Amino acid sequence: MSALRTPFFWGLLVLLGGVGLLPILNGSDSMREDIFLVLMLVILASSINIIMGYTGYVSFGHIVFFGLGGYVAFYLMLNHQVHFVPAAVVGGIVSSLIAFLLGIPVLRLRGAYFALATIGINEVVRSFVTNFDPFGGATGMFFNYEVYNGYGGSKNALWYAYYAILVVALLCAVSSLLIKKSRFGLGLLAIREDQDAAQVLGIDPARSKVLVYTISAFFPGLAGAIFFFKNGIIEPGPAFDLLRSIEALVMVMLGGYGTVAGPIVGAAVYEQLRAFLITNSTFSSFHLFVAGFLLLLIVLFVTAGLVGWLRQRAPRLRRYLE
Amino acid sequence: MILQVQNVSKRFGGLRALENISFEVREGEIFGVIGPNGAGKTTLFNVINGVYPPQEGQIFFRGQNITGLPPYRIARAGIARTHQIMRPLGELTVRENVTVGACFGRESLSLGAAATVADEVLTFVGLGGKAGVLASKLNAAEKKRLELARALAARPSLLLLDEVLAGLNPNEVADMLAAIRSIRDNGVTIVMIEHLMHAVMQLSDRVFVLDHGAQVSEGTPQVISVHPKVVEAYLGDPKLAQRLLEGLE
Ligand SMILES: Nc1ncnc2c1ncn2[C@@H]1O[C@H](COP(=O)(O)OP(=O)(O)O)[C@@H](O)[C@H]1O
Ligand SMILES: [Mg+2]
Repeated sequence: MSALRTPFFWGLLVLLGGVGLLPILNGSDSMREDIFLVLMLVILASSINIIMGYTGYVSFGHIVFFGLGGYVAFYLMLNHQVHFVPAAVVGGIVSSLIAFLLGIPVLRLRGAYFALATIGINEVVRSFVTNFDPFGGATGMFFNYEVYNGYGGSKNALWYAYYAILVVALLCAVSSLLIKKSRFGLGLLAIREDQDAAQVLGIDPARSKVLVYTISAFFPGLAGAIFFFKNGIIEPGPAFDLLRSIEALVMVMLGGYGTVAGPIVGAAVYEQLRAFLITNSTFSSFHLFVAGFLLLLIVLFVTAGLVGWLRQRAPRLRRYLE
Repeated sequence: MILQVQNVSKRFGGLRALENISFEVREGEIFGVIGPNGAGKTTLFNVINGVYPPQEGQIFFRGQNITGLPPYRIARAGIARTHQIMRPLGELTVRENVTVGACFGRESLSLGAAATVADEVLTFVGLGGKAGVLASKLNAAEKKRLELARALAARPSLLLLDEVLAGLNPNEVADMLAAIRSIRDNGVTIVMIEHLMHAVMQLSDRVFVLDHGAQVSEGTPQVISVHPKVVEAYLGDPKLAQRLLEGLE
C-alpha cells in the first residue's frame, strides 16, 4: 500500500478527479457527455492493460465483459426494479465470475491462441444473447421513461450515471496502480517476461492469471452497466462491439502498455483525435483507418507508447510517472 | 540426506536423456555433476525442480516426496536453480528480477522485505551498481550473476547451479568460486553442473558422472579423476587426470 504515499498516486487522483469535476462545476451537459465517454474509455483501456500490459495476455475480446455487465444490470433494473447502483455492482460481479470460469481453461493458452480465444468468447456470448429471450433477443431491451422517475427524471439520471462512471474510473486507475506496485503485480510482470522462469522462481502462473483476469473483467462490467443505464436501450451489436475492443487496445498501445498512466493518456488522446477526425469532413468516415494506421506506427516505432517512451527517455521521471 | 534421486528415468520420444539414475546429496556438501555435452545434466536439474516429471523413479527433498510437483511448489519448498541458458526477466530491472526470487522463494517475503534481501544479494554477487538497470541490458557474465542472485534471494536450502562458470574469464571464475564456497559456508547445499574440471575437482566434496543419460560413476574427486571409465569417457587423456589430481594439492 506504499503506492498510496507516492506523488504519482496523488497526481493521478488530482488530475483524473479534477477533469472529472469540470462538468459538475460548470454544469455543462455537452462537456459532461464528452468526459463521460473519455472516462468510460479510460476504464476499458486500463482494464485491458491490467491483463495485457502486466501479464502479457492480449485480451482482444475484452468488450465481452462490458456487454455482459450491461445486460445483467439492465435486466435487473428493467424486470426487477433494482436500483442502478446495486444492479451495476451485480453486473461487475457477474462479469468477473464469468472471467474466472472461462479463465481457467482459456488462460492455459499462450500468445496468439489466447487472443483468438477471447475473440471467440465475445462472438459466442453475442450470439447467445442474440438468441436469449429474457434479454430481448436480437432487438435487446429498452427502458420506458418511468424507469428514470426513480432517479428524479432522465436529466438527473444522466448526472447519476456521470458520477458513477467517474467513481469507477478512479477506482479502476487506483486498482491498476495498486496491482502494479504489489507483490502480486510483480509476479504478473515476471509471468509477462518469461512464464517458465517465473514458475521456477516460485510463482503459480495459472492462479495469478485467473485472478488478474477476474479483476480485469470487473471494471468493464460496471462501465457497461452505467453506459446502458444512461443509454436506455441495450442491443447485442453495441454491447459486444469488437471494434470498440480494438480501439481500446489501440489506446493502451498509444499511451503505453504496462504503465498505469498510459491507458489513461491513450484514451484521452485517442478520443480527442477521433472527435477531431469525425468532425473534419475529409476524415469523417476515416477514423478507423487512422486508428489502424496509428496502431501500426506505434507497434513499428514506439512500442512503449507515449508514457513508456517518456519513461525510457527520462529515467528520473520514473518515480513520478508509473 | 537433503536430496535423494531414486531410479529416475526421463525420455524425450525415443531419446533416453536419463536412464535409471540414483544418488544422494548430503546436507551441507557441494555435489559436482560432470559429463560431456548432451549427457543429460540439465535434464537432471529439470527433473529435480519439476520442469519435467520423470517417467520413472522418485525424488525426495528432506524426506518429502517431490516427484511430479510443479516447479513453483518445489521452489517454495526450498530448491532454487540457475539456468544454463540465462533467463533474465528482460524488461524488469536487475533489482526487480532478484526481488521476484525473494518474494516467491522459500520465505515468501513481502515486497519491502524482499527488496532489502535483493539489495544484499546483489551486493554479494557484485551487481550492486547495476540494480536499477534493465536486465536485458546486462552482458553475459552479468546475466550469469543475475541468475545466481535471483536463486540466492529465494534463501534456498538446496541450490542447483547449471554451468555458472561457462563463458567467464579467469578472474571472474575465481570470484565465482569464492562466492560458491561462501554460499556453502552459509549452510546452503549445492549441486553444481560444471565443465571446468579444475573447478569441479577443487570445489566438490563428491562428484557424479553422467554419460549418454547413464550413471558412470560417483565418488570423491580423487576417486573420480582416476576412474578408468571417467578417464576414457570424459577426460579422454589419462595425463589430464594426473594433472587434475596434482591440482588438488
Ligand atoms: N525438451 C527437450 N526435448 C527433447 N530433447 C531434449 C529436451 N531437453 C533435452 N533434450 C535432449 O536430451 C539430451 C540431454 O540434454 P541436456 O540435459 O541438455 O544435456 P547436458 O546438459 O548434459 O548438455 C540431449 O540429447 C538433448 O538434445
Ligand atoms: Mg546443460
